[in-house]
Amino acid sequence: MIVNMISAFGRTAITFCRSLGSAGFMLWGALIGKPQIRKHFPLLIKQLHVLGVQSLLIIMLSGLFIGMVIGLQGYVVLVDFAAETSLGQLVALSLLRELGPVVTALLFAGRAGSALTAEIGLMKATEQLSSLEMMAVDPLRRVISPRFWAGVIAMPILAIIFTAVGIWGGSLVGVDWKGVDAGSFWSVMQNSVSWSYDILNGFIKSLCFAVSVVWIALFNGYHCIPTSEGISKATTKTVVNASLVVLGLDFVLTAVMFGAG
Amino acid sequence: MRQTTKYEFWVGLFLLLGIAALVFLGLKVANVQGFNEAKSYHISATFDNIGGLKVRAPLKVGGVVIGRVTDIELDPKTYLPVVKIAINQAYHDIPDNSSLSIKTSGLLGEQYVALSLGFDDGETTEMLKDGSKIIDTKSAIVLEDLIGQFLYGDKNKSEHADAGKESAEADSQ
Repeated sequence: MIVNMISAFGRTAITFCRSLGSAGFMLWGALIGKPQIRKHFPLLIKQLHVLGVQSLLIIMLSGLFIGMVIGLQGYVVLVDFAAETSLGQLVALSLLRELGPVVTALLFAGRAGSALTAEIGLMKATEQLSSLEMMAVDPLRRVISPRFWAGVIAMPILAIIFTAVGIWGGSLVGVDWKGVDAGSFWSVMQNSVSWSYDILNGFIKSLCFAVSVVWIALFNGYHCIPTSEGISKATTKTVVNASLVVLGLDFVLTAVMFGAG
Repeated sequence: MRQTTKYEFWVGLFLLLGIAALVFLGLKVANVQGFNEAKSYHISATFDNIGGLKVRAPLKVGGVVIGRVTDIELDPKTYLPVVKIAINQAYHDIPDNSSLSIKTSGLLGEQYVALSLGFDDGETTEMLKDGSKIIDTKSAIVLEDLIGQFLYGDKNKSEHADAGKESAEADSQ
């Protein structure tokens, strides 16, 4: 029985490596090639609309509520140390460095990532991808590539919008409700937030998360088992794997960027 | 075709919203100073110990920020820290016998450079200009040295007192 367990473990590792390889091949096939702007640009716009514009509502609402909650919780603790003027710094730094990129990536994986996987999985199940190949249209460049670029462009923008709305929400709670001095709120925040160290690093993080989430979503859709059960499994796998990868990558990136050696 | 224009409009709006959020973050949250970079002139000063001073720390006169630290290095010959500071061009009447000291803002705050103006006797003092060096500098207060003075300074004082007493007794005998 131990032998079975060990060989099952080995099989899992081999499957993992093979799927990593096929994911790499899929991305390579989708991205490499002469960029045909006139044919692919409308596709990119349509995908930007589906992935970016239609996620705006959930991103902005979540950003608003998360900013307000951080503002409230932060105020409740800081007021004990008479340090409530640092509330702006707390809200801004936690959103810019961590919560903005990570929560946006998790929400994006749940909403847009699962939609991508389901759509491409259904295309595979109804043999649309094979029909495209038979018409000498490369399905990777026509289907996968616009979705990849749209995701990579849309998600960092969503993360920035999330952070901005969150900071504004934090100021709503702190300044307008709890009565923290508006001038100190914004000036302490401005003194402590640095463009290159906080904002740029947060942006780089959201870029890395965007690539991983969209890549996982597209791969799971493209390589799913083409049955209804297979599509449902692939969608679940996308959300779970993408969330785990985002959180793990976040720790690694934080250690590299903010760990100070 | 109509559908494409509808998509383009909303995507354009989405991108504009993203740019607006980025501008808001840059200006109101991070106070990006790079665009209204006032003209500045550079001076340098040598300290014995800069403590926790960092690049981009402010230079303050009476609490008002007039410049920033641009560079901190060790002098290659004397191995003393040399701090280069950029001062806003609007403040060009600083006498060159002013002194610099490294202070801490608040109790746990970060350190900044404070400039106390020297006097201008109208004839021999020059004003600071690009490339000047300030000679009168006071180092940062390092907590360990302070504690060391407190702990061992007392022992020195009591040794002196004993030696004083012995010599007084020797005199009186």
